[in-house]
Amino acid sequence: MIPLTHFLIVGACLFAIGLYTVMARRNAILVLVGIELMINAAILNLVAFSRYDKTAYGGQAFALFAIVLAAAAVAVALAIILNAYKFYKSVNPEDIRNLKD
Amino acid sequence: MDITAWVFYGFAAIAIGSALLLVSMRNVARSLFLFFIVLFSVAGLYVFALADFVAITQILVYVGGVLVLMLFAFMLSNKELLNDLQMGTSHFFALPVWQSVILAASFLSILIYASLHLGTHEPAWILSSRESGAILTPTDQTVQHLGVQIMTRYLLPFEIISVLLMMALIGAAHLTRKEANP
Repeated sequence: MIPLTHFLIVGACLFAIGLYTVMARRNAILVLVGIELMINAAILNLVAFSRYDKTAYGGQAFALFAIVLAAAAVAVALAIILNAYKFYKSVNPEDIRNLKD
Repeated sequence: MDITAWVFYGFAAIAIGSALLLVSMRNVARSLFLFFIVLFSVAGLYVFALADFVAITQILVYVGGVLVLMLFAFMLSNKELLNDLQMGTSHFFALPVWQSVILAASFLSILIYASLHLGTHEPAWILSSRESGAILTPTDQTVQHLGVQIMTRYLLPFEIISVLLMMALIGAAHLTRKEANP
């Protein structure tokens, strides 16, 4: 049986890589990928802790809810990115400065 | 060390390695396909945490839905896609931004310190469930119990999440619609 700590360390590495992606990359789609990496690291932790919760299955149930939330967030974020691209002709977050016109 | 542990560390190495390669790629299309590999190997890790249903959902929702959506948005929003793919070799890796490296590394050290601390000082609820034998074993029927729990104990979050998903879909459709003449 794999110890809990090893799951947590893998999750920590994925979270740090996702954080770096969000801060360093100049492409809105890759920033979104970084956010998804961080969400996946969090879900990995939920699932790993859920092994010790046989009666309520809290971790697995909320892992499913988190996956659905992430999918909804991606749908809305990509719609916003495409709209911003239509207006600014760029997906670099630094080029997008104004909220209205 | 038995074969389970080897496969687990293999999946973990693939996940972390391709995530590292993902951030260092200059080409967005390559990064997105590496993200695909990361999602698959993380789904493999879920299986080792005895969450088969979550692993299948991960593959269905992320790989089937989210990733296709991302590729779609990338191809709609990148006019230099073909140039990028052709030049490719001269700037293969993006340069790291040192401020981000420092922040991410400090976050990583804090998280690893916390996990190691948790390994030596286990919380009370983990200790009590270990003593009473309430730990998942590979022979348990997790999918059936998970379905029963979602429909009873977690019914309110389930309903809230379904309303939120509908709101998000309507919002996305509203955002991408053609402007009517003002």
